[in-house]
Amino acid sequence: MSAAHAHEDEHGYGAHGAPRGFLRWLYSTNHKDIGTMYLIFAVVAGLIGGGISIYMRMELQDPGVQYMADGHVWNVYVTAHGLIMVFFVVMPALIGGFGNWFVPLMIGAPDMAFPRMNNISFWLLIPAFLLLFLSMFADGGAGVGWTIYPPMSSKLGTPGPSMDMAILSLHLAGASSILGAANFITTIFNMRAPGMTLHKMPLFAWSILVTAFLLLLSLPVLAGAITMLLTDRNFGTSFFEPAGGGDPILFLHLFWFFGHPEVYIMILPAFGIVSHVVATFSRKPVFGYLGMAYAMVAIGFIGFIVWAHHMYTVGLDVDTKAYFTAATMVIAVPTGVKIFSWIATMWGGSISFRVPMMWALGFIFLFTVGGVTGVVLANAGVDLMLHNTYYVIAHFHYVLSLGAVFGIFCGFYYWFAKMTGYNYNSMLARVHFWLTFIGVNLTFFPMHFLGLAGMPRRYIDYPDALHGWNLVASLGSYISGIGTIVFIWLIIEAFQKKRVAADNPWGDGASTLEWTLSSPPPFHTYEDLPRIR
Amino acid sequence: MIHIRDAGALIGNLFGLVPALCVAAAGPALAAKPTPWQLGAQAPSSTVAEEVMLFHDFLLWLIFAIAIFVLALMVYACIRFRASRNPNPSRTTHNTTIEILWTVIPVLILVIVAIPSFRVLYFSEKTETPDMTIKITANQWYWTYEYPDDDVVFDSYMLEKEDIDPESQTYLLDVDNPLVVPTGKKIQLLITSNDVMHAFFLPSAVVQVYAIAGRINEGWMSLTSEGIIYGQCNQICGVNHSAMPIAVQALSPGDYETWLEEARVKFAAAPDPVRVAGGVPHE
Repeated sequence: MSAAHAHEDEHGYGAHGAPRGFLRWLYSTNHKDIGTMYLIFAVVAGLIGGGISIYMRMELQDPGVQYMADGHVWNVYVTAHGLIMVFFVVMPALIGGFGNWFVPLMIGAPDMAFPRMNNISFWLLIPAFLLLFLSMFADGGAGVGWTIYPPMSSKLGTPGPSMDMAILSLHLAGASSILGAANFITTIFNMRAPGMTLHKMPLFAWSILVTAFLLLLSLPVLAGAITMLLTDRNFGTSFFEPAGGGDPILFLHLFWFFGHPEVYIMILPAFGIVSHVVATFSRKPVFGYLGMAYAMVAIGFIGFIVWAHHMYTVGLDVDTKAYFTAATMVIAVPTGVKIFSWIATMWGGSISFRVPMMWALGFIFLFTVGGVTGVVLANAGVDLMLHNTYYVIAHFHYVLSLGAVFGIFCGFYYWFAKMTGYNYNSMLARVHFWLTFIGVNLTFFPMHFLGLAGMPRRYIDYPDALHGWNLVASLGSYISGIGTIVFIWLIIEAFQKKRVAADNPWGDGASTLEWTLSSPPPFHTYEDLPRIR
Repeated sequence: MIHIRDAGALIGNLFGLVPALCVAAAGPALAAKPTPWQLGAQAPSSTVAEEVMLFHDFLLWLIFAIAIFVLALMVYACIRFRASRNPNPSRTTHNTTIEILWTVIPVLILVIVAIPSFRVLYFSEKTETPDMTIKITANQWYWTYEYPDDDVVFDSYMLEKEDIDPESQTYLLDVDNPLVVPTGKKIQLLITSNDVMHAFFLPSAVVQVYAIAGRINEGWMSLTSEGIIYGQCNQICGVNHSAMPIAVQALSPGDYETWLEEARVKFAAAPDPVRVAGGVPHE
């Protein structure tokens, strides 16, 4: 036995087997195990965040205040729903989950570049989530919205410790994401298999690379802003306090300098997944591969210079607004390139409508709907009418709830067999798709009407005239809630029935490296590096 | 005019195509507020709103066309290139012409959008040479309206449910003392806050300005017809965020002068220490 082997045996596991028990997960440095933990975490957080949204729709189903104590409780749920969905559902699922699982597999790397850093990235999320969750119950909770604008988030608006807990939660989640981003960048730049140049790299790896740069450049700005907020609250500084010479608008600029790239952080990995799924089920390579990759780079770059379109009504100079209008509309161009390239990938293909493809098709169309309302909102003049109304809620749920979340489910159904080695019941999966598709459209499409009618966001109660569309939206959310139950049932059923999956269940359209491995892949992969021609 | 947006006239009213058509028929408005099953925007009540809503209607046609175009391409591809009909996929992955086209055409469309967009934007910011000034101060959770040239200051609270007259008033929209303005006059709005952030939002007049302590933001409106228009606070501000509505009563200039005379007496007669919080010492 070699010295190295003996060394590994000291730690209780051989070179090829997985360690057993609780410590396998707590101490894990394996990208697949960490990816799995991220996915489980995202599902649990998603059930909590989604449960909150259904509770909110119950409250809004009828005019009046039925279930919640008062508007503050409502605001606390609004805040929790937003922060949970952004930081603890979409990002962990797409970046931590699928990114960890499939970036190393797709680029032919044995693992991530910094496996122990990968471990701490995940485990920082747990205290972050606990802090946020407990902040809902500490001293009545923080009812400030996910944008945490001061003075509402200062001592003046939220005196209790809940806001401090939420801030520390964001610090931890941000640190987790920054470490993860550094890990992805290093892995992708240094650990690609021989022959895999950047211009041969699968688009999902490209999307994670761009996302990691966005995270690395934007999250420190958020960290700075919320640190200043923390010292304003607790140590007598006045960065955002007008009475001390500060300015709340400074916080808005800092927040949205992070916040706008953040929305691309949530959607770019979904772009990557959808590209693979469309190509696989059209049995055709992605159309315009380089255009697709550089469209994501362009979106990432422009994403950093449009932040003030969230702030048209705060008192910006008119020329500033004109600039941000123009810059924001430019994003439609690379986004359009992606949409048309997906359709061109299907064009001339041999399309089979397997479950992942249905989510991908849903994604493309619904993201287009969310995209075109984004072009409307980009115009500073029109935004005077629509800013902070339900039109905005409809817009960003079309690109996130029906965009990023559809991307998550698309990846889940595409890779489920690869990750677990089992096939899911495709009938249940179709039921899940249609319930979700119908439910979310019923929920969010009427919100365009409510927004045009002038209904402001973050309202616990509304005039009777707005009852109709609110009722429809609530019914839609119940339908997608039932869809979620079907989804959980589907997972349990797949693990009970143990239908063994093939190494490549999708046929010759699935051409990336992960499909050359067994299902599930061995604990350690690519001990001999693959060579790319 | 308002009734056109009632449930009976839904068809053809998708997303506010109708308000622009209504402008021609606009007589004295009854009340600008949401109506049941409304699909589009509220009818415009100010000069800016007329411009913005015309531009919005143009955008609406455009985004409908784009969304339908994408959907049609997808549906065609799904039918024409389904596996049972097209078992052997092509290997085409590049077509320089079409890639240039789908980059350049969207750029041209955006240029076409940008020109009226900038026109509307700069018009909405034309704050020069107002006829009169109103200072608006947001508080948790009421508004203070001040007419600095006329020595009138008063607070405006939402009417509680039991104080509402269901025949003529709407819960969550009507207030005890509406802001009263003359029609046809260019009114400068100076907006600030006493505590947390709020936003002064009148959808039908397309006025939306954040109210922020420590700074005075500027907006303007010129209302086109008499009546009451409604709005609400539009920036999360605490427990009663949804209970600090804005009601604006637009009167003819003559009626406005009459109201002003009464207001000088009414709001002088009952000094209220709370009003000092509006930043203006009373008396």
